[in-house]
Amino acid sequence: MTREEVEGGRDEMEIDGCEQREANAIPEGFDANYLKIYYGKLFPHADIYKWMSYGNDGKHPGCDQSYFGRREFSFTLENDIYLRFQSFYGAYELENSIRENCPVKIDIGPVYSVDPAKRRAYAQTGDNVFTPVERELIFDIDITDYDDVRYCCSGADVCFACWPLMTIAIKVIDTSLRDDFGFNHILWVYSGRRGVHCWVCDGKARRLTNEQRGAIADYFRVYKGNENSHKKVSLTGHALHPFLARSYTEVLRNFFELKLLPSQNLFSTEERYEKILDMIHDESVKSELRGKWQENRRSTSKEDINVIRWEQLKILLQSGKQKGQGLRRGIEEIVFSYTYPRLDMEVSKHMNHLLKAPFCVHPKTGYCPLLNNSQYGLPSATLYILAFIFQLCTIGTLGVYPLKVALFSISSVLGHVCVPIDPKKCEEFDPTTVPTLSKLLQELNMEGAKSEVENDWDKTSLGKSIRFFRTSFLQPLLKSCKEEIESSYKTKLQHSKNSINW
Amino acid sequence: MESARSHRKSIANDVVSTLPLYRSAPALEVRLEDFTLFAMDRLRVLKGISDGLSRGKKTEEMEQLAKDLWRANMRHPQASEVVNKDIISHFVLRLVYCRTEDLRKWFLPMETALFRYRFRHETAEAQRSLMAEFDLSYKAVSNSEFESVKDKLCQVARSIGMSLPTADAIFYKVPFEEVPELVAGRRVFIHKGHAYVASTQVVSLVATQFRSHLSKALILTNRKWTSTIREQEKDRLAPIVEALCTSYLGPDYSQPKGFSEISLKDIDDLVKSSFPLCMRHLFEKLREDHHLKHGGRMQLGLFLKGVGLKLDDAIAFWKAEFSQKVGAERFDKEYAYSIRHNYGREGKRTDYSPYSCQKIISSTPGAGDHHGCPYRHFSEENLRAALNKMGVDGRAVENVMDKVQNRHYQLACTLTFEAVHNSSCDSGINHPNQYFSDSQKILQSKDGKGISTLGNKKRVPLLFP
Ligand code: SF4
Ligand SMILES: [Zn+2]
Repeated sequence: MTREEVEGGRDEMEIDGCEQREANAIPEGFDANYLKIYYGKLFPHADIYKWMSYGNDGKHPGCDQSYFGRREFSFTLENDIYLRFQSFYGAYELENSIRENCPVKIDIGPVYSVDPAKRRAYAQTGDNVFTPVERELIFDIDITDYDDVRYCCSGADVCFACWPLMTIAIKVIDTSLRDDFGFNHILWVYSGRRGVHCWVCDGKARRLTNEQRGAIADYFRVYKGNENSHKKVSLTGHALHPFLARSYTEVLRNFFELKLLPSQNLFSTEERYEKILDMIHDESVKSELRGKWQENRRSTSKEDINVIRWEQLKILLQSGKQKGQGLRRGIEEIVFSYTYPRLDMEVSKHMNHLLKAPFCVHPKTGYCPLLNNSQYGLPSATLYILAFIFQLCTIGTLGVYPLKVALFSISSVLGHVCVPIDPKKCEEFDPTTVPTLSKLLQELNMEGAKSEVENDWDKTSLGKSIRFFRTSFLQPLLKSCKEEIESSYKTKLQHSKNSINW
Repeated sequence: MESARSHRKSIANDVVSTLPLYRSAPALEVRLEDFTLFAMDRLRVLKGISDGLSRGKKTEEMEQLAKDLWRANMRHPQASEVVNKDIISHFVLRLVYCRTEDLRKWFLPMETALFRYRFRHETAEAQRSLMAEFDLSYKAVSNSEFESVKDKLCQVARSIGMSLPTADAIFYKVPFEEVPELVAGRRVFIHKGHAYVASTQVVSLVATQFRSHLSKALILTNRKWTSTIREQEKDRLAPIVEALCTSYLGPDYSQPKGFSEISLKDIDDLVKSSFPLCMRHLFEKLREDHHLKHGGRMQLGLFLKGVGLKLDDAIAFWKAEFSQKVGAERFDKEYAYSIRHNYGREGKRTDYSPYSCQKIISSTPGAGDHHGCPYRHFSEENLRAALNKMGVDGRAVENVMDKVQNRHYQLACTLTFEAVHNSSCDSGINHPNQYFSDSQKILQSKDGKGISTLGNKKRVPLLFP
């Protein structure tokens, strides 16, 4: 980027006074300009390159110099042009291309057997040589898949009442990936608005076959059936598998009883408790509970009605002595139905699924008024109206118009950055305070003069995220990559030596 | 007497137990008629297994079934020839089923399943020697380690209804990657990347090896077939091999051969008249929600391709629905690609075939999914309601439900077909696209309602009843 451009960019930001922005028509493509600055000054290109090289960018003779160049990137441009199968030879090329194209979204695909940009040429040769050979094991958890168990929001919206569902999903999956499967290099990322992504980057994970990926995904799956069949969760057998048992006792049960039950008011209306009664198989228990709850609807106990009813249900199910195990399992099934992580299986099962890169800015659709901190107190009806306005904004051709109508500052409407989440402290993560593009640019703007900091991002709230990415994920990862390259090189040498001796 | 020798190169005949691993082709003289007969006998076994699996039979039932099928078909009057018949038939079918991706996709799991059931009938000693042959020389978990994880092992055993491990039980500690199916079913305790496999579960370990060896071998055989064998044997083996081939897979529905294309404006009528329940359901859900998840998009999308919906129409069709939910832009960006992909226009250039009943029945739809086979995946009341909506009622519904209870899902579908069309369906339903074409054929002969060029469709005759 030339100096003038940088200056120009800064000028623009200077006008970023909120009131002015509301009053003035917003210049066409302002989004792209903001993104340009973001990619120019804040986006951690070098870190992404380092990560995607997995140590192969070094001088060691065991490095595979073609490695990074066989990775697929794909760009979604502002005018909805979708560029797939982009590949780059090095850090410089990657950064240049991102700056030039200024993609609203960057996706990362697998490492292929050959340079994906040249796949056509290889395809001509007939042999099926263009095929994915490595790919992080990835998971995608999306809050929209929880619509039947949350009453606070629906669709792509999240709030402090339902976001914890994501938090416990991280806990359950992260613990299992480390303790059960023995993976170490795991990156969790806020997906921009409505969920989380997980990248498992150990060498062993990257080389898993589709079948093995499928096996891991199935290991995590307790949802059988759907609205067409009966059960949501089926836990058969006389005991829970150790993984499920641990998830239940260490995470799910407490979360359900202490958080979800009261915050979602799971038993507060007939419609809601009927949904839970549906999961109980014993008719007599069902009708007994139903009877109780229909009567004492106006009870004035101080205790939370949800807690009371849940206790009643538990007592009845646990005391069903002669009916035994099956009923007790019912309690677990209810808890699992409401809390257990819901993974998008397809994403994890196939090597060639694309996933949005960390540190992307959630694209235009992220004009989300709901996530601004100050808006949180608004009653939901207002939120709906705002949401509606913004829906207009994204489908309508006059993308600018509703901005003028909207009642809040411009700083809330630009996309959220997909920042890493520390699984050890995931309960502290608050999707409503994730840096937004405009907030970052404002910070940059304000701190601009002070300078003397090595990186621009250090002046912004993105700094924390990038530092976390480096120290907690990238550095340990690269260290183990180097060791792996070193040791596999040694074995190779050993082999060739042996064969010479013979 | 004319004789054919499979592959000349190999000399070793590495059969140790009665269960061969088929590592290298035998140096055996085979009479040409045995070549075919043995292969057909083995095909009967594999086909039986395939049917059993698509009925959703349980493992124990499958084991018994495989045993019976083997007894019925793979005997030989001369005891000494039994093993040879086994080996020869396997290698002949390798040749037959190596030649396309679809053929391999059918053959590989069936042979692996067969191997698995047979392995389980071997003695512990024979099993151990087979493991050694596969280089699966895992050390058994030591006593002290066993004690330290015993609780977990018991917990797993109880969770899958296996008998509890005794003090002298043998467990192997293997990388979890090597037992994907045990991992998938949560049938093992996994700790720090290692799965604790009980000696009764080693079949899974061995089957995984068997499968991966066979998979590679099929690719190699295919290369040899195209590069030399086909030409060398063009007067002798090649015709036999080609004739033996598709019989069990049924016709290839990936291209709507002999059909005229269907057009968008007819589609609603066609859904009502000629779609099997699985596709009807997907279609209705799509209309209702303007969305389907991946599994549903694949199942319905490939089916529509198979019945002759052209690419452009397909895109228009999906777009009309999806854009109501996600907007046209997002549709173009995120979904159009995969539709083109299904038609083989983008990305990998393979052409995807529509799913067979077997594949659909064995799928595992989850929350929010609508794919799968309603006869298998619907609850009873939902299935009854769906049948009523199709105009099936009274006695017919009970007959269908009866088949469902016995897990004869394709037969249930066949009965539905017969009830809806008021006409018999002798071949049974094996493929949703066959359901469609058979339906059209009947409707056309009744009142010319079907698509006109329908009669031209060439049926591949089934070799076996
Ligand atoms: S039997 Fe086949 S055609 Fe019939 S509903 Fe099931 S999958 Fe569809
Ligand atoms: Zn919410």
